[in-house]
Amino acid sequence: MSVLLRVHDLAVSYGHIEAVKGINFHLNSGEITALVGANGAGKSTTLLALSGLLRATRGTIEFDGQDISRLPAHQIVRHGVVQVAEGRAILTTLTVAENLALGAYTRDDKAAIAATLAEVYEIFPRLKDRAGQFAGNLSGGEQQMLAIGRALMAKPKLLLLDEPSMGLAPLMVQEIFRTLVEINRKGLTILLVEQNVRQALKIARHGYVIETGKIVLADSGANLLANPEVEAAYLGG
Amino acid sequence: MLEQQLLNALTLGSVYALFALGFTLVFGVLAVINLSHGAIFMVGSYAALWLVSHLDAPLWLAMLGAMLLSGTLGLLVDVLILKPLRARNAPHLTPMIATIGVGIMLTSAAQGMFGAEVLRFPEETLPAGEFIVGGVHVRALEIAIVAIAFILMAVLFTALKRTQLGRALRAIAESPKAASLLGINVEGLFHVTSFVAAALGGIAGVLIGLDFNAITPQMGQPMLHKGLAVIILGGMGDIRGALIGGLFLGFAEVISKAYLSSQMGDAVAFGLLFLILLVRPSGLFGRVLERKA
Repeated sequence: MSVLLRVHDLAVSYGHIEAVKGINFHLNSGEITALVGANGAGKSTTLLALSGLLRATRGTIEFDGQDISRLPAHQIVRHGVVQVAEGRAILTTLTVAENLALGAYTRDDKAAIAATLAEVYEIFPRLKDRAGQFAGNLSGGEQQMLAIGRALMAKPKLLLLDEPSMGLAPLMVQEIFRTLVEINRKGLTILLVEQNVRQALKIARHGYVIETGKIVLADSGANLLANPEVEAAYLGG
Repeated sequence: MLEQQLLNALTLGSVYALFALGFTLVFGVLAVINLSHGAIFMVGSYAALWLVSHLDAPLWLAMLGAMLLSGTLGLLVDVLILKPLRARNAPHLTPMIATIGVGIMLTSAAQGMFGAEVLRFPEETLPAGEFIVGGVHVRALEIAIVAIAFILMAVLFTALKRTQLGRALRAIAESPKAASLLGINVEGLFHVTSFVAAALGGIAGVLIGLDFNAITPQMGQPMLHKGLAVIILGGMGDIRGALIGGLFLGFAEVISKAYLSSQMGDAVAFGLLFLILLVRPSGLFGRVLERKA
């Protein structure tokens, strides 16, 4: 199993406050890995650092054999690391089709982009029905589909998802997670950051538990689900 | 008589719209009110005049040169002043004050180089020709001004609406963070926007200089006020709003000068603007939209 991303001693600060305090983890190619923890534990901060929106104060982020920790955000996307940000971050004043077109901003080959668009519409047929509508008029679940579909338009090697279940009805959460599994089966590596610990660990091969900026547990998803500490702290056991 | 005034209003209004378009584009994309836009407009005017009278350049080439020079100035303002302020998360007022400074510098530099007196394009360089259409005197120059303004605006509208670059600019206008997560080089497009906006401001300066055939170092100041009024009227950052607002101000100014008071045309035009803002505080096309991080 090859390692696609290796994070070594990553620390990130907001001013004087260190939100991530030197964490180590790695993602295997082709797997779903979950990074779970409570609100404020440092999950989103970690993802923002991976995408280059926050600068690491120390440590390295090695992706595909190259340190990307000092690259600007737009170049990290070009390397194939694409994030679906928290709160979906779709562009509400653009149409669904325009959002999807911008997802392929880093690509040039028109035919290949059209093929990806067809795939995305196959995964999320509802987006095709709503292609001409402003994204701001979509329901919460549809917006999340659009956010994921738009990320897929970049043909990522690694998909980062920040709280895809946030604010969605339970049935919609199920649907989104089923889709993530389906996308992963086609070979895409996924890092899933979630407060919805149970759902995330169910579909993740590996998981990391983060608390106050440090990784406190690392194990397979199944083992973490069965772990009494995790159960007590996150699964309401 | 009325038809004649309508033609004058259309000419003036289309240049106001062109000027305001660059102004509002910078506000929409960079979230900065660039108060050097008026001075850059003035620089465009002088650049064309200099090219025409010193290098004997044909007018069209002088216009291109003016756009290039004013665009480059806009780019420099962004790279040398606005970018460092962005990097330090300066509060909103800082770039406004800084660009006021740029405007004063450019105005006084123009005064030093060309003097304070009114300069004019040599008569033979202006497009000659005048037609009478239904009793209205139409100068070839006016046709050229309106055509150039509308062609440039149409190109900009189409680019913003249909191209990937235009979508990227609209994405930045909504959320720079979301845009950079799409692989958009936000800083790079800030530079592009600054160049394009200033080039539009510069060509507007050439067109006004031609229309009135009068160029002074101070000509940017009233234009800046009008531009601000237009984009507030149209809705800050709104492209259609700048077009409609610019035409509106042109008509209000010309009609009130012609029929109400030749001295108080500006007072009437701006008074009307107040009235509209009382009814629609966010402007004609303004949306109350909070920009995301």
